[in-house]
Amino acid sequence: MTEITEVPSPFCGIGTDDLTIRVDGVSLKVLENGCAVNTPAFEQAITDTSPRVDGKEVALDIAIAKAAALLKDTKLPVIGGCATDVNGMRGLLALADRCGAVVDNMNFTGARNNFLALQDSGWMNTTLAEVKNRCDLLLVVGTDLEAFAPRFFEHYLWNKEAMFLDNTSHREVIYLGKTPSGEASTSPGGQKAQVLECATEDLPEVVAVLRALVKGQPILATSVCNVAVADLQAIADKFKAAKYSVVTWAAAALTYSQAELTVQTLSEMIKDVNNQNTRCSGLPLSGKEGDQTANQVCGWTTGYPARTRFSRGYPEYDPYLNDSGFLLANGEADALVWVQAFNVNAVPPATDLPVIVIARSGMTFTKQPDVFIPVGTPGIDHAGHAYRMDNVVAIRLKKLRDSGLPSTAEVLSAIEQALNKETTC
Amino acid sequence: MLIKLTGGTVYDPASGIDGQQQDIYIQDGRIVKKPAEEVKVDKEYNLKGKVVMSGAIDMHTHIGGGKCNIARTLLPEDHRQDPVMRSDITRSGCGHAMPSTFVTGYRYAEMGYTAGFEPAVLPINARQAHMEMADIPILDKGGYVMLGSDDYLLRLLTAKKDQKAINDYVAWTMQFAKAIGVKVVNPGAISAFKFNQRKLDLDEQNSHYGVTPRDILRVLATAVKEIGVPHPLHVHGCNLGVPGNMQTTLDTIQGIGGLPMHLTHIQFHSYGTEGDFKFSSGAAQIAEAVNKNKNITIDVGQVMFGQTVTASGDSMLQHANHKHASPNKWMTMDIECDAGCGVVPFKYKDQNFVNALQWAIGLETFLLVNDPWRIFLTTDHPNGAPFTSYPHLIRLLMDRSFRNEVLSTIHPEAQKMTTLASITREYTLQEIAIMTRAGAARLIGLKDRGGLSAGNWADITVYTDNNDRQLMFEKPDYVFKDGQLVVVNGKVVSTKWGTTHTVKPDFDASVEKGLKDYFNRFLTMKLANFKISDDEMTEDGRGSITVQPLKGDVA
Repeated sequence: MTEITEVPSPFCGIGTDDLTIRVDGVSLKVLENGCAVNTPAFEQAITDTSPRVDGKEVALDIAIAKAAALLKDTKLPVIGGCATDVNGMRGLLALADRCGAVVDNMNFTGARNNFLALQDSGWMNTTLAEVKNRCDLLLVVGTDLEAFAPRFFEHYLWNKEAMFLDNTSHREVIYLGKTPSGEASTSPGGQKAQVLECATEDLPEVVAVLRALVKGQPILATSVCNVAVADLQAIADKFKAAKYSVVTWAAAALTYSQAELTVQTLSEMIKDVNNQNTRCSGLPLSGKEGDQTANQVCGWTTGYPARTRFSRGYPEYDPYLNDSGFLLANGEADALVWVQAFNVNAVPPATDLPVIVIARSGMTFTKQPDVFIPVGTPGIDHAGHAYRMDNVVAIRLKKLRDSGLPSTAEVLSAIEQALNKETTC
Repeated sequence: MLIKLTGGTVYDPASGIDGQQQDIYIQDGRIVKKPAEEVKVDKEYNLKGKVVMSGAIDMHTHIGGGKCNIARTLLPEDHRQDPVMRSDITRSGCGHAMPSTFVTGYRYAEMGYTAGFEPAVLPINARQAHMEMADIPILDKGGYVMLGSDDYLLRLLTAKKDQKAINDYVAWTMQFAKAIGVKVVNPGAISAFKFNQRKLDLDEQNSHYGVTPRDILRVLATAVKEIGVPHPLHVHGCNLGVPGNMQTTLDTIQGIGGLPMHLTHIQFHSYGTEGDFKFSSGAAQIAEAVNKNKNITIDVGQVMFGQTVTASGDSMLQHANHKHASPNKWMTMDIECDAGCGVVPFKYKDQNFVNALQWAIGLETFLLVNDPWRIFLTTDHPNGAPFTSYPHLIRLLMDRSFRNEVLSTIHPEAQKMTTLASITREYTLQEIAIMTRAGAARLIGLKDRGGLSAGNWADITVYTDNNDRQLMFEKPDYVFKDGQLVVVNGKVVSTKWGTTHTVKPDFDASVEKGLKDYFNRFLTMKLANFKISDDEMTEDGRGSITVQPLKGDVA
């Protein structure tokens, strides 16, 4: 039995790396600094250790040969999930390139709200250490931040000391849209966050009025979607008075069509504030299920984010047409490879196509996939790298135990090697 | 396997060989002396009439790290115009302004390059820089770690810590970010931008720390020298792109007091304020200062016409320049109390007065600096132009009539504002070999690279001599990397993985005491999790680390 300290987490997205974990054989217990997201994710027990073909346990090489045989004659296989570490994504992209597959990260539809805004007009963003040391005003838009990342406030807002603030508990927090589910945003001094509540689907209108007010445009209405314009004016004034305000949102929480326009309005508003003799930055929240990792590795390997196809022999990005849900539903895809090394609850979508699942041990299925290969979890069963939400920091994941489970990268590379022995894919 | 390259005309400035016919032998990846008569040659290449140089080294090219990937993400429309198919031996990807990593490796190799150095590795983002570069095939690579706007250094300076404390911190950072050089970008200004300062002159104080760029340059240049790093402090100076910044650059040269200093993409820092448009060339004055001050080296950062994207750590000036974004989208980022970045797409137009004059200023600089050992051929890829424009640039330098032909087509007012037409100099093959090979290897401190004498690694490029230097340098006959034939007739025929060049300067272990406290109080990761281990770089079996000697080490 050993205790490992300063364990980094690939699960919470904010790069927590202060966990203490007790390792007893292959079972893990989070002793210190766990949270509602990280503790169950680390403690998830290993169940399967053997691969299965058609529901029957087989040796790894048999499962790999079967996976290669299933992929051999496909025209448009889809690789979904894409939830793994950097090396796993390297293996995944090599396989996709080899068989002309579509690569689609499972969180892409949410992340698309950010990508479309970035690719159309750009943004001014910041990262967690800047928030920790500089942020004097935090506006949270449409997101229950503490449900998303339970330790965000403790780590990055109510930290004891900051390099550029005299008293961190004087920071101001304002919610626009959702009301927070708990008290994490209340300052250590007892100051509660201000909440301007509105329905999520009303955010485009409310945010548009806020931007107009920031730009000094006259607004004749006195309220917008039940939010008082005077309250929005107060936020606009606070932006101007703040030294380093931060606006945060989770793209996936903006659950209405064309939410990219909300991200764009926020990002352009942030630029406007920076033209008013002060600083303001955006902080998009993500980093779950390896989504930033998938987009980063796909980015440097292909030039595009992780909704890209290789079916014509070169990468083609389309944030809508390459949606794997769409390709499976309308019969364009002819096989599904589901890669999910982090989360046993993120099961593959239902389909009648051949299904190959390369996933964390412990995943259960209503319908057995044709091939299931349980793999180790990066940061538990093997070392690796994962990106946290602010996209700049790649954390070095530790190996905590000897489970004997192969890594995603090893399995996907083995399938690619097996395919190379065949004639074409 | 013994390979013989027979009868080529060799340009090897590292050994003073200037166009002599010589045989070269390769064994186990290295160049070896002529073996005894009885030793059998396994493979011979007849290179009679061919030009032979060592593999080219790009000493300043943005090929790995966060801002590169942001630039890629920002420009899907640019990638779509240059898709790259996979083949049995190569991966698919995309090209043009900011190519995918695999395509970066292939296209550099196909131009005869065998190494590239990323000049802006943020300590906190070093892991990413190395992971991206690990996916660049064929090339050797390395990075210069970026300091100067990091709060830890600025705190040391404000607290008046001694030079020894700075040296320890710099050496520690280099070791754990796996760097081979130190870069400073707009010294102190990336920090100042976070405090809402929008410009910072050489002697202007950071409003929070009270430290000036001049202070930062001096302590960092001293640190680099004292800890024995061969590559001088790599400086992206103040006021990039600002008309009149020539004076800042001259003051920077003066202010460094004879310490070794490399001024990068100096073209962007060589502007005067004369003429109707209040924008003029300062190349002559800058070149004069470079010629006079032997402690100074420069690379040019040549601008070429067309679409590209600028990716820089200089968040302050990238923000200021966003109004020139074309297409009109841009981003900046404040990063981890460490640094920042800004990505702004640019389209340099020959009929735009400023762009046309920028082009001429770069060429004037190349032609007016006398010593090819102290000037390097760069476009600051992709900021002045993508690296794929190098063969065209070489032709501009080597062929005066071609140069003047192009000059006659640019914005007429820019033609009047440059002395380019009157400059008769044409670069020789040997001078090109110095700038892109021997000089670059010496500047970075690469032992056994950049030369063709026995003992060097066999990074070798073979060209067919051609009066059209663009055609010649676009399509080498052969490229060998570590003795392996990787390119034939300008196409990749096999691939391999290069090494990552680093240095390991010593530091006093007590430096971690202050750092650990700082990480725990103010940063977002534990000190131990910040450090990049050797394992991380090599565990997948294809990466390797080469530790280059420090100054004063016994070779």
